Amino acid sequence: MPAAFKPLKESRHEAAMFRRRALAGFAIIVLCLAALGVRFAFLQVEQHDEFSARSEANRVLTRPLAPARGLIYDRNGVLLAENVAAFRLEVTPEQVPDMKAMLERLGQIVPIGEDDLARFNSLRKGKRSYQGVPLRLKLSEEEIARFSINRWAFPGVEVVPYLTRAYPLGAEFAHTVGYVGRIDADDLAKLDKGDYAGTTHVGKTGIERYYEDRLHGEVGYEKVEVNADHRPLRVLPDRLAPKPGQNLYLTIDAHLQEAAEAAFEGRAGAAVAIDPRNGEVLAMVSVPSFDPNPFVNGIAHADYAALLEAPDKPLLNRLIRGHYAPGSTMKPFVGLAGLELGLRRPQDTVLSTGEFFIPGQSRGYRDDKRGGHGRVDLVQAIAQSVNTYFYSLAFDMGIDRFTAYMDKFGFGRPTGIDLTGEGSGVLPSRDWKRGRFGKPWYPGETVIAGIGQGYWVVTPLQLANALATLANRGVPNTPHLLLAAQDGLDARPEPVAPPPSGASVIKKPDDWFAVAQGMIEVVKSGTARGLNDGFPYVIAGKTGTAERYSRTDETWTSISSSPIERHQVLFECFTPADAPRIAVVVALEAGRSGAHDAAPIARKILDAWLPGDIERQGSDPRTKIAAQDAPP
Amino acid sequence: MMIDELFALLRYRVRSMWRKPRIDLPLFGALLLLMAVGLTTLYSASDLDRGQVLSQALRFALGLALMFTIARVPPLTLRNWTPWLYAGSVALLVVVAVLGEGRGAHRWLDLGFVRFQPSELLKLTMPMMAAWYLNGRPLPPSWTTLGVVGVLIAIPAGLVAEQPDLGTALLIAASGAFGVFLSGLAWWRIGLLAGAFAGVVPIAWHFLHDYQRNRVLTLLDPEADPLGNGWHIIQSKIAVGSGGLWGKGWHHGTQSRLEFLPEHTTDFIFSVFAEEWGLVGVLLLLALYVFIIARCLWIAAEAKDTYARLLAGSISMALFVYVMVNGGMITGMLPVVGVPLPLVSYGGTSAVSLLAGFGVLMSIHAHRKTVAP
Repeated sequence: MPAAFKPLKESRHEAAMFRRRALAGFAIIVLCLAALGVRFAFLQVEQHDEFSARSEANRVLTRPLAPARGLIYDRNGVLLAENVAAFRLEVTPEQVPDMKAMLERLGQIVPIGEDDLARFNSLRKGKRSYQGVPLRLKLSEEEIARFSINRWAFPGVEVVPYLTRAYPLGAEFAHTVGYVGRIDADDLAKLDKGDYAGTTHVGKTGIERYYEDRLHGEVGYEKVEVNADHRPLRVLPDRLAPKPGQNLYLTIDAHLQEAAEAAFEGRAGAAVAIDPRNGEVLAMVSVPSFDPNPFVNGIAHADYAALLEAPDKPLLNRLIRGHYAPGSTMKPFVGLAGLELGLRRPQDTVLSTGEFFIPGQSRGYRDDKRGGHGRVDLVQAIAQSVNTYFYSLAFDMGIDRFTAYMDKFGFGRPTGIDLTGEGSGVLPSRDWKRGRFGKPWYPGETVIAGIGQGYWVVTPLQLANALATLANRGVPNTPHLLLAAQDGLDARPEPVAPPPSGASVIKKPDDWFAVAQGMIEVVKSGTARGLNDGFPYVIAGKTGTAERYSRTDETWTSISSSPIERHQVLFECFTPADAPRIAVVVALEAGRSGAHDAAPIARKILDAWLPGDIERQGSDPRTKIAAQDAPP
Repeated sequence: MMIDELFALLRYRVRSMWRKPRIDLPLFGALLLLMAVGLTTLYSASDLDRGQVLSQALRFALGLALMFTIARVPPLTLRNWTPWLYAGSVALLVVVAVLGEGRGAHRWLDLGFVRFQPSELLKLTMPMMAAWYLNGRPLPPSWTTLGVVGVLIAIPAGLVAEQPDLGTALLIAASGAFGVFLSGLAWWRIGLLAGAFAGVVPIAWHFLHDYQRNRVLTLLDPEADPLGNGWHIIQSKIAVGSGGLWGKGWHHGTQSRLEFLPEHTTDFIFSVFAEEWGLVGVLLLLALYVFIIARCLWIAAEAKDTYARLLAGSISMALFVYVMVNGGMITGMLPVVGVPLPLVSYGGTSAVSLLAGFGVLMSIHAHRKTVAP
């Protein structure tokens, strides 16, 4: 066998071998692919639910929809706070390759200020690069048009519509309605993250802040389909509409408010008008004020600094934070205390000689009239503002009983009005003085407390609240601003129950009549005589004039020698005297006297209030007056 | 004159190709069906990009033309050319290794008018070379024969793995190894080799590139790095799993349409298919592949000489490797290696080289009656 050592190739054998191997290989292949099929089945059937959920989580982004903030109206439906449509430029950083160059080019088409850039950069930090960041707010139509034709050159920049808060009456309501502002870090800590998921603004001051819960509404959600770059592609039909906030109706009468503000003619001070029957605040102004609108989207630093540094402090809400020495406006309350505590009867008289001495002391406490007013009873003491009557009364009363009685009228503590940041004022007492100065109480301090001097500090709202309680024959009503709330524009405004009235603080009706008589005489024949002229209802009032002191100066020196400027002047009044429907307090920071400067403002407020009241009463009392005045 | 004669010849050839196409109709039909599935899936995966579908269709046309041409070349001729083809393609690999270009990996050879990966050629020349060598040796193969085939496999597979292109290296090695398996290598030797392989794995691990190691580690725990290495596997599993039994429907696969799924027209197109057609579609597609593999093995078994048998068998079994590695990858069973789903994944060279391989099978089928010396 020649080539026998080289094994012969056996075709048939090899073919058979191949078939066996091919079969074996095929069997293995089918097994492996079957295993692959099982793997698919495991993923697609067994784990389908889990992967389905993850696929949805990939694809669907739930976006919060901010509710429309409730509107604010006055009691007659005059709009005080609204939402207006505006347009802003929004930049999606992810889509802008060179931000600096883009902003530079964009600035040539639409003006972009320093403040805009600062806000843009700070907002950018808190967002992801695929989220739009507002750059310029409140675009004008011309700016929108200019941008639109150049839009192709600015990928990632878009004009986006939005709703912004606006206060059509501006400064007039800045201290009552307040304003909203961007949610900042402090707000974030307090607010519910879920409820405010889509909300950019929150109430910062005034009604906007106090009734944030009512005004905000409930967040809604929409689902959008996003791609892997988080870019929204379309809105999915599954949507939960946001529930708009409640529209609020305030007790304020915008017409009266406007008149009150105008009456000040720019002089610094505050005025409050309350309906004593229920505590509804009809007007409350703090002058000067400021335009709240720039605060909504962040006021420019320079403008804010100017407001802060303005000498007449426009940002100060004098109504609830202003401090005034009540002076003689306290006298009706002190007189009432004397009657109620049984220390005086209405007919009891005191001899005013021009100076009052505490027995055994040489220091004299002066009347404002040299030589005194002679012998006066309570009515005359109030009408002529006779200090001696009240010096002696307060001295007899003692500071403890004095403080306890004044506390009933709400002095020395917040009134509880529906605004935040209300001050307490100071109701002097032994405890207060020890706590404040660490010194005992001196009898002389009781004496001057009787005429509203010394440590006394009231806010205009406190005084108005006390006056309203007095006018309402001692029945206290918490002053409040919310009249009614409305769920959506189609619903009927539902009245909001006012805080309940308290029990009367006046025990004997005769006491009230005596004090009221004194206040009527103030206007008729006393310090504010002539104020009732031409007014159909009888007005009861009281003036107050206090030395004006520099607040920061410990020595309490008078800061102005000009007689027109040297006093802090007050006036309080209510009308009609027998059944009051309005109580007004006016405080001016500088003036000659309460009667000269504050009373006319109060009268202007009453004049503005009168026509509406007549309408509500259904008859015109002026005809009666005219008949009386007619010559016989 | 010359030109007229050339045209006449060409006309004759084309006419005879038309009359006697020399193809296996069941296999051809299955391939057309598979390509149709591929184009449909690609149309969806590319988010209705007609340009992409058209360019893929053109590559299919080119591949089919190549297939018909190769089908006319007798296996004997192929056998005679084999050593040269093998040596030529390995030489090209060396050229690529020296001056090739590519994204992070040296794979491409730029000829000015066309860029292609020489490694694709090996997918065909490797099984040819293995079959050619085994054809001349007594079978079942001895250790010596095995050793020579091993070297023949190791040279190109090593060069390709070095590029680095683990997926293609794996396919090349597998297609050579299948020849040895089909030639009747004793089971006990196979067992020994498998044991030795298992022993080598830890050493091979040492030589892997960092990114290749990461792929394996990622497979073991994809959630450890969900945005990095794990992203492909996680998103692919989400796509497959969310498809469910019946799928989300054509062009309703959100994972691919919204671009959560990377490489969704190429390596991960099977995920798109699974997402949109569900388990039912997957099983039908796998069945189609099983049919194609079975038909190819049948053609191989019919062949009259060892070279043709081994070559046809290797090519058909290599097809299985494609499907298995790709399917295993997208379902998170195997590491992420760049192996396309045959005739479905977008990509030119792979489609053309696959169809060329089927051309070889068609040729073997057409010449099954001819006995080679």
